[in-house]
Amino acid sequence: MASAPSKLYSDDVSLVVVLLDTNPFFWSSSSLSFSQFLTHVLAFLNAILTLNQLNQVVVIATGYNSCDYVYDSSSTGNQSVGNGRMPSLCATLLQNLEEFMNKDEQLGKQEPEGRIACSLLSGSLSMALCYIQRVFRSGLLHPQPRILCLQGSPDGPEQYVAIMNAIFSAQRSMVPIDSCYLGAQNSAFLQQASYITGGVHHKPQQLDGLFQYLLTIFGTDLHSRNFLQLPKPVGVDFRASCFCHKNTIDMGYICSVCLSIYCKHLKKCSTCGSVFGQAQTQSDEPSATNRKRKTTDA
Amino acid sequence: MSGAAQVTKRAKYKISVKDPGTPGALRMNDQKLMFMPDNRNSGAKLVVEFKSIQGHKYTKEGSNKPPLINLANAQGGSYIFEFDSYADLHVCRDFVSKVLEKSKETPNAALEKSAVKLPDEQLSEEEMQLRIKLLQENSELQKLHRQFVGGNILTEAEFWAARKKLLDIDPSKKSKQRVGFKSAMISDIRPATDGRTNKVTFSLTPEIILQIFAEKPAVHRAFLNFVPNKMTEMEFWTKYCRAEYLSRTKNYHAVVAEAAEDEELAVFLKEDDILANEVRKKIRRVDPTLDMEADEGDDYTHLPDHGIFRDGTKESNELQSEHYRRTLLQDLNRHAAVVLEGRTIDVEREDSTRALAEALARSKRGNEGADNNANEERLDRTPRVAEIEDLQAPHCLPLAPLSIKDAREYFDSQQANTLKASRDSQASMKCSLSRQEAYGSVRDAISEIKDMGLSDPIVNPEVALKVYSGLTHNISSIKYHLGKNPRETVLDRLPSATKEKLLYHWMSIQELLKHFWSSYPITTPYLYSKVNRLKDALSNIYPQLEVYFWPEFTAFA
Repeated sequence: MASAPSKLYSDDVSLVVVLLDTNPFFWSSSSLSFSQFLTHVLAFLNAILTLNQLNQVVVIATGYNSCDYVYDSSSTGNQSVGNGRMPSLCATLLQNLEEFMNKDEQLGKQEPEGRIACSLLSGSLSMALCYIQRVFRSGLLHPQPRILCLQGSPDGPEQYVAIMNAIFSAQRSMVPIDSCYLGAQNSAFLQQASYITGGVHHKPQQLDGLFQYLLTIFGTDLHSRNFLQLPKPVGVDFRASCFCHKNTIDMGYICSVCLSIYCKHLKKCSTCGSVFGQAQTQSDEPSATNRKRKTTDA
Repeated sequence: MSGAAQVTKRAKYKISVKDPGTPGALRMNDQKLMFMPDNRNSGAKLVVEFKSIQGHKYTKEGSNKPPLINLANAQGGSYIFEFDSYADLHVCRDFVSKVLEKSKETPNAALEKSAVKLPDEQLSEEEMQLRIKLLQENSELQKLHRQFVGGNILTEAEFWAARKKLLDIDPSKKSKQRVGFKSAMISDIRPATDGRTNKVTFSLTPEIILQIFAEKPAVHRAFLNFVPNKMTEMEFWTKYCRAEYLSRTKNYHAVVAEAAEDEELAVFLKEDDILANEVRKKIRRVDPTLDMEADEGDDYTHLPDHGIFRDGTKESNELQSEHYRRTLLQDLNRHAAVVLEGRTIDVEREDSTRALAEALARSKRGNEGADNNANEERLDRTPRVAEIEDLQAPHCLPLAPLSIKDAREYFDSQQANTLKASRDSQASMKCSLSRQEAYGSVRDAISEIKDMGLSDPIVNPEVALKVYSGLTHNISSIKYHLGKNPRETVLDRLPSATKEKLLYHWMSIQELLKHFWSSYPITTPYLYSKVNRLKDALSNIYPQLEVYFWPEFTAFA
C-alpha cells in the first residue's frame, strides 16, 4: 500500500494560511462587528476543511503588538473545548484567540496616537511564510499552500520594506497571497502583494455578505483557479514609502546600486553606502526621479 | 463672352412652337429675364426669375428651323423665344447657360462662401477654392467647421491657423513619384523582321533609349561624343542596331570583320570598359574587415569560361577576340543593378535624346563625388576597427568595490522612525476608544460567540444573492475584458450610434482644447474673449455627455 498516500493526494489539496487582523482599534470603529466577522470566518474555515479531506488550515492572528499562531488544523492537540455547541475548530480557535488578545494587551503600553493604528502585517506574513517553508521541506507530498490575508487596518508605511521582502520571497516560493481588505480606504500593500504573487485581491462592497465573498472568491484551490474567472482589480496602487521617513511617496529618488527609495536627495545611500554625485540643480523639492546623473566636473 | 451683365435682343415670344409669336424685346440679366412686347396692350409681358429655369434647349444653326430657344421652368412649362438671327440666339444661349451654371452652384457653396468670406482677411480666390474643396472632401472637417465657425465659437482664421499644412499643399509642387525601370529587359531590343523584303526594323522609344544609356555606359559615352559631331542621331542608332543584330547572329566571324572595318561599330560590340572599371573599383572597395573572402578573384566578369554567350555558343575558341563577346549573365546582372538603382530622370521631360543623355551624365557625375568620399572614410576606418584581441592590453576599468552594510542596523533604525512615521501617515477614521476599552470590546465579542454559537443563518440569503450577482456582473463586465483581446476596444462594445456620438464629441473637444491652450498666455483682450468663448463651449459639452452616456456607463460600472 505504498502508493496509497500518493493516490490520496490530488491536485486540489490546499493549505490555507489565514492571517486574521485582530487590531482592536480597528474593530471597535468598524461597521462590521468583530463577532460577526468571526462568524463569517469560522464558517468559511469549516467550508474549506470540508472541500477536501486533506485540506489544512492554519490561522495566524495579526495583532497590534504581536502575532501568533491561533489554530492549526493538522495538529493533533485539538480537544473539544467548551460545551460542544460548536465544532472543535471554532472552539479551539476562539479559545486561543482570547488568550492571544490577553497577551497582546499586556505587551502594549501606550495609547494610539489618534487615527487607527496599523497591525503587524509584516510579522504575520513572515510567520506564514516560515510555516509554508516547513511544509515544503516535509516531503514530496504536501498540499499546495496559499496565504489569505483578512485585513482591515490601514497600511503602516514603516512596514513597507519588511512587507515587500515577504512579498518577494512569496513570489520566489510561488505562494499566492490572496487579500480581502475590510477597511475604508485602499491598501496599497495588499494590492501589490496579490498582484506580484498572482493572488486575488478584493475589497467587498457589502460587509454583511462577507461569507459569500470568501467562499466565492477565496475558497477555490489553486489548481481549479486555472478554469475559473475571479474578479480582477482594475488597477494596482504601486506607491512605495521612502526609506528615510517612511512616508508614502509617488516620486522620489532611487539609489542606482541597491534601489532604495528616498524622498529627498541624499549625498550617500544609507543602505549600501554608495556616494552619489553632485546634483546639477540644487533644489530642495524631490523633482527628479533618478539620481543617475553624471558629475559635472568629471 | 462672359463680360456682359445684361443682354437685350429682339425676339418673339411663343407659347408653343407653332405659335406665330408676339414680337417684342427680350432683356436678360443675372437674376431674371423680361420680355416686353411691342404692343404694350397685348398682355404678353413676361418676367421670369432665372431661379425657376431648369434647363434650356435651342435649335441648331445648320438646321432649317428658325432660331428658337426654349427655357423650361420648374413646373414643366416652357418659354419659347424666336430670334431674328442665329447670332442673337448664340448670344442669348451663352448668357442663359452662364447664369444657369452660376445659379446651380450657389446652393452648395453658399454656406461655405458666406462662412469663408471675412472682413478682416484678404483671401485670394484660389485659397478660398482650396478651402472649400478641403471642406467638401473631408466630412469630419466640415462638421467641425460648421459647429465651431458656424456657431461663432471660433473665427475662420483661427480654425485654419491650426491646419496650415493642409492649406499649403500646392498640388503642382508636389513631387511626383517616378515610375522605375521595367524589369523586363527592353533594352534587349528585338527587331521586326520582314520576310519578304529582308528588312529588319528596330523601334526605339525614349524609354528604351534611356534604359540603353543606363545599362551600357560605353554606348552613352559614345552617343555624347559622336552625336552630333561625327554622325546624326539616326546614323548612330542604325549602327547600334546593326551591332546588336550582328552580335545575336551565330556568325561570329562576321562580327569580327565588321568591327575591324567600322570603328564606331566596334564601340558597340566591344566590351563595355566603363562597366569593367566600375566593377573592379567595387571589388577593391570591399571592406576586408567585413568580408574576409572578397578579393580580386571575385571579379568574375573577367574570368574566362564565364557564362553563356549571347549568340548561344558555350565554348570560347579564340582568345583574342574575347572582347566581342558578351554573356547573358553579365547583361542580366547589369540590368538588375540598373533597375534597383532607381530612376533619376524623367523621360517625358527631356525633349531630345541628346538632352536625355546629358541629363543622365549629370546625374552620374553627382553620384561619383559622394562615392569617393565614402571610400576614403572607409579606408580610414579600417585600421581602427580591425583590432586583434590577443594583442590588446588588459582592460582595467576603475571599479569601486561595493560595500553592503549589515542589514540589522537598517532594520533597527526603523524602530526609531516608527513613532515619527505613525504621526505622518494618513488615515481618516479615528479611534475614539482608549486602549483598554478597545481590547475589552474585542474580548466581549469573542465571549459572545462562545456563548451564543455561530449565528444562524450566517449570511442573510438576500444579501448573499446580491453579493453573488454583483460578483458575476463584475467579472463579466467591461473591466475584465479589457486587455484580453488586443483588437477589441472599449468603443467596439458600445452601440454604433453611441460610438459615433462619442467620437464626434472627442473630436470637438480636441479641437477646442487645441485652440484653448494655444491662446495662453493671454496678453490681449482678443485672446481673453476667445478663451472665454472656448470655455463656454467646453462647459456645454459636459451636460451633453452626461445625458447621452451616463445610463450606459452606469450599466457597465
